[in-house]
Amino acid sequence: MKLYEVFIRAKSGLNHRHVGSLHAADAQMALQNARDVYTRREEGVSIWVVEAAAISASNPEQSEEWFDPAMDKVYRYPTFYPLDKEVDNM
Amino acid sequence: MYSQGLQDAKGGPEPEGLLKAFQKRIDNEEKIEPRDWMPEAYRKTLIRQMSQHAHSEIVGQLPEGNWITRAPTLKRKMILLAKVQDEAGHGLYIYSATETLGITRDEMTRQLLSGEAKYSSIFNYPTPSWADMGAIGWLVDGAAIMNQVPLCRASYGPYARSMIRICKEESFHQRQGYDIMTVLARGTAAQKKMAQDALNRTWWPALMMFGPSDKDSKHSAQSMQWKIKRFTNDDLRQKFVDATVPQAEHLGLTIPDKDLKWNEDRGHYDFGEIDWQEFMEVIKGNGPCNKQRLRARQKAHDEGEWVRKAAEVYQQKQQDAA
Ligand SMILES: [Fe+2]
Ligand SMILES: [Fe+2]
Repeated sequence: MKLYEVFIRAKSGLNHRHVGSLHAADAQMALQNARDVYTRREEGVSIWVVEAAAISASNPEQSEEWFDPAMDKVYRYPTFYPLDKEVDNM
Repeated sequence: MYSQGLQDAKGGPEPEGLLKAFQKRIDNEEKIEPRDWMPEAYRKTLIRQMSQHAHSEIVGQLPEGNWITRAPTLKRKMILLAKVQDEAGHGLYIYSATETLGITRDEMTRQLLSGEAKYSSIFNYPTPSWADMGAIGWLVDGAAIMNQVPLCRASYGPYARSMIRICKEESFHQRQGYDIMTVLARGTAAQKKMAQDALNRTWWPALMMFGPSDKDSKHSAQSMQWKIKRFTNDDLRQKFVDATVPQAEHLGLTIPDKDLKWNEDRGHYDFGEIDWQEFMEVIKGNGPCNKQRLRARQKAHDEGEWVRKAAEVYQQKQQDAA
């Protein structure tokens, strides 16, 4: 049996989000199992399953090099530019 | 009923039952997803609208890219670089969303470079002064926000979701532009004049960004019914004028329109007639920078050829090694 990662769309229009994983013999079985395991309480309107082996992930040991450079770029946020209160609905 | 006369991919009539069910889903604010049934004309209209939008994000990098190496301070340079980088990202979000409709990225690129596909007319104007970076952020990104916020509720799921991401990032773009204008408008007489000149240059082309007047806009009714357009061109333009006039006044800058006047009865600003002749010329390819912009895109495409080739060779090597 293969490991599958499960993604659920909670409501029409939203992104699919990762909810967990399960084992199955093939994609069809994975979908059926995902429905039984992850949507018993109307949690979703659509399911994607992806073989876990097909997912490439970033290396947690490299988190600093990868993500810290975004930390000192405060100018990427609107709050970096104060507005006078007469025009602060921009 | 607008759907009458719609043709499927083979030129036959679209099945009435499917059309009805499709429209009902849209009327209920349900999102249409890539694998759902959709009328061929909906797919085609969306491909045109979304690819134009993506091309605009990409070509839109050029007028601002012009100033990255000449920004007045390191801070302004970092900000402008970050903004232009965001625009590249916006292009990628929308290109990928458009690919879910069955067109390839290569085909979209081909359409842009051959001139078959359009992009926003505004990017065919030159940016001769640093103050234009201010006017673009404030007015052009401001107009883009007016247009994009309602599209966060567009009926096509991948489009709506890409708009949500984009809108989150746009607000910084507009504010950094207004910040540039504020500094200039409160600076020396020469700086204030720079700001005013940039406003004079950008104002009318920014109003044209909303497209033809409603009375001349041919696709509007069907697109509104399909909810891939949620306000008319003129409504959005009015909203933009109403929001922007007080911002100009606050900086002591004058909007270059002698007919601009608050209309108490309407509760909106009245404003002058757009030079539609100019708009049509720019759309047709005869704006001040159309040729320059396409040449720059073509050059980037040609010079990137070796990168695409190298990636393919690398992929082959990886496969051979496996
Ligand atoms: Fe953008
Ligand atoms: Fe932007």
